[in-house]
Amino acid sequence: MNISADDRYNTLEKSMKKLSYEKNALIEVLHSAQEIFGYLGIDTLKYIAKRLKLPYSKVYGVVTFYNYFRLKPKGRHNVVVCLGTACYIKGSEKILEKIEKRFGIKAGETTSDEALSLLTARCFGSCSLAPVIVCDEQIKGKVSLENPLCDIEEMIK
Amino acid sequence: MGFGITMIREKVRVKSFKINDICVTGQSNQTILEVARDNNIEIPTMCYLEGLSCVGSCRMCIVEIKGSHEPTPACTAKIKEGMEVTTNSPQIEAARKMILSMMFSERSHVCSTCVANGDCELQNKSVELELEHSEVPYLNQRFEIDASHKNFVNDPNRCILCTRCIRVCDEIEGAHALDLAGRGLNMRIVHDMDEPWADSQSCTSCGKCVYVCPTGALYEKDISEEEVIKKRGIITELIKNRG
Amino acid sequence: MITSTAELQELASKKREDNEKNPREISPERSTPFYTKQRRIVLENEGLIDPDDIEDYIAHGGYMSLFKALDEMSPKEVIEEVKISALRGRGGGGYPTGLKWESVSKVQSLQKYIICNGDEGDPGAFMDRAVMESDPHRVLEGMAIAGYACGANKGYIYVRAEYPIAVEKLNRAIKQATKLGILGENIAHSGFNFTVEIRLGAGAFVCGEATALIASIEGNRGHPRQKPPHLSDHGLWGQPTVLNNVETLANITPIIKNGGAWFKAIGTESSSGTKVFALTGHIKNTGLVEVPMGTTLRELIFDIGGGATEGRKFKAIQSGGPSGGCIPEHLLDLQIDYESLKSAGSIMGSGGLIVIDDSSNMVEIARFFMDFCRSESCGKCTPCRVGTTELTLLLDKFIKKEATKKDFELLKEMCNMVKSTSLCGLGQTAPNPVLSTIRYFEDEYLAGIDTKCH
Repeated sequence: MNISADDRYNTLEKSMKKLSYEKNALIEVLHSAQEIFGYLGIDTLKYIAKRLKLPYSKVYGVVTFYNYFRLKPKGRHNVVVCLGTACYIKGSEKILEKIEKRFGIKAGETTSDEALSLLTARCFGSCSLAPVIVCDEQIKGKVSLENPLCDIEEMIK
Repeated sequence: MGFGITMIREKVRVKSFKINDICVTGQSNQTILEVARDNNIEIPTMCYLEGLSCVGSCRMCIVEIKGSHEPTPACTAKIKEGMEVTTNSPQIEAARKMILSMMFSERSHVCSTCVANGDCELQNKSVELELEHSEVPYLNQRFEIDASHKNFVNDPNRCILCTRCIRVCDEIEGAHALDLAGRGLNMRIVHDMDEPWADSQSCTSCGKCVYVCPTGALYEKDISEEEVIKKRGIITELIKNRG
Repeated sequence: MITSTAELQELASKKREDNEKNPREISPERSTPFYTKQRRIVLENEGLIDPDDIEDYIAHGGYMSLFKALDEMSPKEVIEEVKISALRGRGGGGYPTGLKWESVSKVQSLQKYIICNGDEGDPGAFMDRAVMESDPHRVLEGMAIAGYACGANKGYIYVRAEYPIAVEKLNRAIKQATKLGILGENIAHSGFNFTVEIRLGAGAFVCGEATALIASIEGNRGHPRQKPPHLSDHGLWGQPTVLNNVETLANITPIIKNGGAWFKAIGTESSSGTKVFALTGHIKNTGLVEVPMGTTLRELIFDIGGGATEGRKFKAIQSGGPSGGCIPEHLLDLQIDYESLKSAGSIMGSGGLIVIDDSSNMVEIARFFMDFCRSESCGKCTPCRVGTTELTLLLDKFIKKEATKKDFELLKEMCNMVKSTSLCGLGQTAPNPVLSTIRYFEDEYLAGIDTKCH
């Protein structure tokens, strides 16, 4: 891949420049990179490591520590099931089970046609609406335990 | 004046205190562990290695300090005038045994099939602490072995995550070829971006990580059990000579 | 640019006139018992002001406390006022805020930092999110006052990445305040400089712990380190640092405005002021409630929350998230403060209150929290890394009714060992939900023991 011809690397370069290529801004840079590329591929990470003059292993260590960072691309759509306490009490595990069964994937995976990624989260702070799922960044509250799939079917249609 | 000297340095003073009712003295910048060792009082350690930074992560060296609710690791606690330290109370010894059991239960430590058998700090510790059997159920996590390097092998199944290898590579060799990846129980020592050791662009193949490894997680290829000599003291000597 | 109290007041009255011409609609719900039983200090502006408009905040008295501190008070006097108020950290620890500030103010250093902990990680708690989203300037004002009091000119807000709206509101607030000269160099001609930056979390519960949070701001894995040294000596980049929770900082503005004695008069002897709780779970009225310390759990759950959901019986209330415990019905007349919750085997924590009804099994609840700690354990220290997994598996045996009496002894022993030997708060408190459910609901554990084995 020709990095200099890839516009996305120019955008990444700009955001690193804005942070003055500070080593301690690594997490901020990773956030922007994930926003630009959709995920953090090894090539991207090595590029960042070189530009910030950080050891490869250190960058990889940071990326794999935080749940928010992805090493693989996600599907065209994504659904996040909240497994926080309030949602758990209201049966979110059953919702997750039903989604897993319907699409044949486990939490953290993407369907083979790359249409849908299934993720879990530890609380969106929308506990009053429990149980909560998030379809493509849209919060859906008070999800029905019997039929939790309609919002998702609607989204991937 | 630069930002480097913003803290006003405290003068090093001599402090007197007690370890297991024995009166000892040390300098205020010393830790309980250092003063204990100067006085031949044994405190078991695992992640600690003289010459490397202290992380206080294995919790093996916990001691009781009078007036403090919870045990404290001796490797990170600075000494204080008049403090009363107990290193061997029944509670501390029971907790240490359980910590050691946890180290054994986490991955697979079958000594009979390990190259470090006979020269393993984990094994020695179980003799020292008289751990005959473990109450803690085995988790027996399994990981892939990396034998790609021409001289060395990384077997995560024997790793107790003491991070000595990471620290020696970063602090002494200056390469930082290793780091932790993942978190919790899935944590592993990786080279570069979790690449085969042989492909690592940062590793200088100096072997320091292998020397300091307390178990058989990092070892030299093609040598038998009898030939394994872990040169853990090398690093400490190296640091001393650098002054 | 606003450079004096007079200019601030002028802007406020101008904006108030504007507001009178175009009044905002106030939610009619505010007259229901859910609201009238509350006393709102931290949330006083929630829903009443436009969080995107600094002028609206100023019209409601905003930044007046900062200017008062800069004009009329010495840093020492500010700390004195906070000490009089007896405000205690709202993130869970309950350490007196005034003392924390004082110890940092006394350390000599060219650089000090104020960090606002907005990494609201407890599942089931969302009070900090509400403050950051509905009243972001209040957080900035609290930080600036803290900076003035402690001699720090740089602040960081660490916000979890799961709160994009909070990040957006705070970013806008920082921009607006900087534009008006309320943040930046030589604020109100006082010679005091203060700037604020946002740092994003990336999904790690352990980063709510002070030293792990600092490691994360510094761009590292969020591993905690052994204390001491404490943050007041060795915090961010090795410099003296004050770390306060969002809700704590949100209390500063009213304390400076009304005086420490006013605040001290609210609440109980040991715990002054109000506390915001997030009422969730099997309860009729869910949402954020702010009540004076000393309110009983019964008032909170039945008068404000309306009791358990229709047709169900209240069983227990879980407070303090994964670090807290479950309180049974017979203790509902307990007055809420730091000490009483602790004596009941739970903690105040950040304020999540989850109502559990009689359809739930308490061992399963305990397992839920243990599993949470297992997946959030950073892995640095042995007892937490291995212990939380071992404990989760042990609890599974009770749920499957395959446990032995020996397992029950091991469960208790391991809980106490993980509690006393773990490196940071996550591991030290992880066994609390198990220990508190053993204390009050032991029969549910005993029911999980397979007697046929013996």
